[in-house]
Amino acid sequence: MPIIKIPTPLRPHTEGRRELELEGKTAGEVLDALCALYPVFREHFYEENGELRKFVNIILDESHIKDLQGLDTPLAEGDTLRILASISGG
Amino acid sequence: MTTLNDQEFMRYSRHLLIPEVGLEGQLKLKESSALVIGTGGLGSPVALYLAAAGIGRIGLVDYDVVDSSNLQRQIIHSEETLGKLKVDSARARMLGLNPFIQVDAYNEPFTAENAMSIATGYDIIIDGTDNFPTRYLSNDVAVFLGIPNVYGSIYQFDGQASVFDAKNGPCYRCLFPSPPPPHLVPSCAEGGVLGVLPGTIGSIQATEAIKMLLGIGSSLAGRLLLYNALDMSFDYVNLKKNPKCPVCGENPTITELIDYEEFCGVPGHHADELPTEWDISALELKDILANSNPLLLDVREAHERNISNIPGSKNIPFGELASRLSELDTAQEIVIFCRTGNRSLYALEMLLGAGFRKLKNLEGGINAWASDVNPMLPIY
Repeated sequence: MPIIKIPTPLRPHTEGRRELELEGKTAGEVLDALCALYPVFREHFYEENGELRKFVNIILDESHIKDLQGLDTPLAEGDTLRILASISGG
Repeated sequence: MTTLNDQEFMRYSRHLLIPEVGLEGQLKLKESSALVIGTGGLGSPVALYLAAAGIGRIGLVDYDVVDSSNLQRQIIHSEETLGKLKVDSARARMLGLNPFIQVDAYNEPFTAENAMSIATGYDIIIDGTDNFPTRYLSNDVAVFLGIPNVYGSIYQFDGQASVFDAKNGPCYRCLFPSPPPPHLVPSCAEGGVLGVLPGTIGSIQATEAIKMLLGIGSSLAGRLLLYNALDMSFDYVNLKKNPKCPVCGENPTITELIDYEEFCGVPGHHADELPTEWDISALELKDILANSNPLLLDVREAHERNISNIPGSKNIPFGELASRLSELDTAQEIVIFCRTGNRSLYALEMLLGAGFRKLKNLEGGINAWASDVNPMLPIY
């Protein structure tokens, strides 16, 4: 199953879990599985039309999924998605 | 013509020995200028290393004064400069390290009103701010002036760094077109930061700035560095210029500086701009507790309760609040508190949205309670 890495600022929403192994053949399906597990993410991540919100960056390997096939980006067994958090501390 | 004096030849000897720098490069650094936004965790190592490297003119923008809670990470300041203006504290330390440079101190917030006049004339901006509005502002100023913006950002054990050089690649807005909602991502003041983390990220920013000014090496332009101190991992994300970017894209819709605090939905510079209508003071809470029995809701993380606590309070960390609303009763008076009153205000907004109305926010948080009601408690 693909793995999704949770960035530190969002870990309070995942009971502190740093990464999760979730079912899904595409980036969108893995995000759906994450939102099913932690519904708080659904309103944070998605616009009403189902598109990802602009501040949500999902990375596969070293590439942004918007530079691949977006939510339809296919995932292979063992692929790791990363949620890139926007942080502001200095 | 710029030259080095005998003392400078000796001082910069280790630079002069590197073929990629040499005398030509050192003279370039002396002729160049850099604007450092913020003299905090990131700004400290950035300003120190730029000063040591001999950047001829360094601008510092900050409006804060040195506080003892800064010294865990802001190593440009010291016990001796507590209470002093940060820009003055930093400037004195930089000139103590290298008297052959010019340091221009701007003791004011970096705002849409003054940013262009401050930044015009500098070769590069180094973003060491601690809030989203100023990050978007720094980015847009750099885009409009056509100069690189060396980005760094930190949270707990995580660091990010990149070079946003819109003339040759993506800008900050290409990656982050809009900020996250304020309640989703806590700030360092709320979530904390490992003291040495800004040392790592700030040093990377200084490295990138010096390379850009020298015109050597491969910069982080087009790449975002993700550092995690706990894992000691360095990962990269490839960044592309967004042709639809509102500020550096093909048809920009933002062509002048905007209201950044409104854009980000958060106050950039002054916590006192937060809404206060729900606030009660620590002394008012003391009176309330003498006469009634409201629920004291502590939205800090569980480990913070080992530092200070108000007996009888219920702990639901802010991040868990949305999924634990059923534990609360809309009919009961609820007084929400955290460390200083920010997280509790976000919690209050969340509860208002969920239909709760009998709400109060402890102004200044448990630190104010410690200061005004229970001096046995530490302030942290």
